[in-house]
Amino acid sequence: MVSFIGRSVIQKAVTLFFVSVLSFLIIHLAPGEPSQVDPLNPKFTPEMVERFRKAFHLDKPLHVQYAFFYRNLLTGDLVSWKDNQPVLIKIWERFLNSLPLFIVGTLITWTLSFPVGIRSAIRRGGLYDRTATLLAYLLISIPGFFFAYILIILVVSRFQVPVIGMETFGLADASTIRMLMDRVWHLLLPSVLGATGGIAVLSRYVRSQMLEVEGQDYIRTARAKGLPEEQVHYRHALRNALLPFVTMFGLILPGLIGGSVIIESIFSWPGMGRMAYEAILARDYPIILTVNFISAVLVLAGTFLSDLLYMVVDPRIRL
Amino acid sequence: MPDSTQNPAAIADTEFQAPEAPRRTRLQEAWEELRRNGLALSGMVVFVAFFLVAVSGLALTSGVDPLLDPAQIRLQEKLRSPLSMPNTELLSPEETPALGIYLLGTDDLGRDVFARMLQGSWVSLTVGFVAVGISVLLGILMGGVAGYFGDLSIRSDHILAAFIALAGVVIAAAGSPAIGAALLAAGTAWIALTSRGKRPAALGGVSVDTLIMRFVDIMLCFPSFFLILTVVALLPASIYNIMIVIGLTSWMGAARFVRAEFLSLREQDFVTAARALGVSDWRIIFRHMIPNAVAPVLVSATIGIATAILTEAGLSFLGFGVPPPHATWGNILSDGKRFIFDAPWLTFVPGIAILIVVLSFNLFGEGLRDVLNPKLRER
Repeated sequence: MVSFIGRSVIQKAVTLFFVSVLSFLIIHLAPGEPSQVDPLNPKFTPEMVERFRKAFHLDKPLHVQYAFFYRNLLTGDLVSWKDNQPVLIKIWERFLNSLPLFIVGTLITWTLSFPVGIRSAIRRGGLYDRTATLLAYLLISIPGFFFAYILIILVVSRFQVPVIGMETFGLADASTIRMLMDRVWHLLLPSVLGATGGIAVLSRYVRSQMLEVEGQDYIRTARAKGLPEEQVHYRHALRNALLPFVTMFGLILPGLIGGSVIIESIFSWPGMGRMAYEAILARDYPIILTVNFISAVLVLAGTFLSDLLYMVVDPRIRL
Repeated sequence: MPDSTQNPAAIADTEFQAPEAPRRTRLQEAWEELRRNGLALSGMVVFVAFFLVAVSGLALTSGVDPLLDPAQIRLQEKLRSPLSMPNTELLSPEETPALGIYLLGTDDLGRDVFARMLQGSWVSLTVGFVAVGISVLLGILMGGVAGYFGDLSIRSDHILAAFIALAGVVIAAAGSPAIGAALLAAGTAWIALTSRGKRPAALGGVSVDTLIMRFVDIMLCFPSFFLILTVVALLPASIYNIMIVIGLTSWMGAARFVRAEFLSLREQDFVTAARALGVSDWRIIFRHMIPNAVAPVLVSATIGIATAILTEAGLSFLGFGVPPPHATWGNILSDGKRFIFDAPWLTFVPGIAILIVVLSFNLFGEGLRDVLNPKLRER
């Protein structure tokens, strides 16, 4: 166990190093330089550009820039090129905005997909199963932004509530209940949209896991000794079918960050995805690279966590 | 028929009975299977229809004087609803649509949405197929090499030399060609000079498999849509960049499938037999192993086309798609969103088109999975 953890940590650290090198290269080898973003602006005199390049070490060779960049990132000194704010603080603020979306979306995904998946597995081939299958495919296939507009039209014209942004502007002196409801409405649509793809994929996965377990010998044994169907499904099959999902707790970690560029920009939700999008537009390399770095860390930490959880949960796996 | 094999001379005399085993070819069997799966079949029908529409769209809307001109601006006819007749008094003869009717309405510049959708269908089709083609080729190559040659080890000094050469390329591209070329030459020369003769085991090494699969791990660490968005935003806007970037960032799944298949195929008797006959490695790979390993790749490719179409639409929606005069479903939709209450067809026509096409690709792909994998069939 200890040796597994040690090996795994070293391996992930090496991977992370290469990810950081690769993302740095991708960004810096792309044509165009951040100092040339706005060549027509009269304020950008050659001296300005020179000073800018010096201040952000852009005049140094690439490997020196790389060293400067990651040293600053790790000590927390990294600043955004756009407004000189510390990058980590900026990301943290936006992260706090994205967090409720992520939590509500994940809750919706997990509470909906399990009942749906289990029921379709039990009623395999029936009307319910086929409807759920078709619906799942529909949800995977619908472009998120198109679905978003349908939902917005529906909610705005049916319930007359504003949904764009995080809260309605100018509601400061309304009653607490009003404000709470306002926040809930604003939160609901983006998180439902963020959850749609997840519901579709996860419910199909639950179904196939459940079907696989239902075909096992011990289920036949359970039936043969005369247990009621309920008990066969929920005590014998479900418990074993749930095993792989324990590991998925680790795999949802990266969703914290990469999630929803499109959804956040439709709803003008000031979250991480939108910040990343704005950073790309402004060629704010520190922000882009830091978001990328953090999300790589989350992916690696997530897989590590899921490996560990699997080992704890499944006694058949011992390394 | 043991006696006839023992006595080859008898073969010529005996008339063979038709062999008893498969009466149906695999294709017929697959077709039977597909016919029983209604969703997959309808997916395939739409798939074929979409293909025909896209090809005819290319024929009808491109060229100097296309039959349906997607770029024809008629400001006096803007935001007409679907199925409305053009007002012939206001339009000059060359401006009137060839069909004599706006099948899907017009947009805010009076352009015929039907013609623009036709043009966009070709874009969606090529983006899907080229991107997936790139990713499948890369995936088969990487996965195949990792699975087949995985046990070979690369000496660590060669890896170092390759890195030096790569750094040379990078530095040359970054602006100092002299140093870059020198490093590149040094790296390649080291590999070329030391790879002759016996490999000294003392230097240690990493297996090919480890190297490739760690690279796959590295690629999987990038958040894919964000990476695509970054690269597309930094590169000059063009449809080819989008295809290439989507292809280069989505080959990892195919590589993993192919590697897994190759690892199990490598140990099977027909490969050993082929090797015993002296068949070359590459012939074994291409002639004997890839046909056996391609089924899961085909499935993931079909679904990958759907994903690529969605990604392109998403990019166009964010404004990083195909540059403006060219119509794609994504940018028709994103232009139309400003008129969502006055002209809902500008949102719904492309939205529903994307939905139907992506849905059909997904259903067809899932159907293929059942057809190509006998283990999943219901009995």
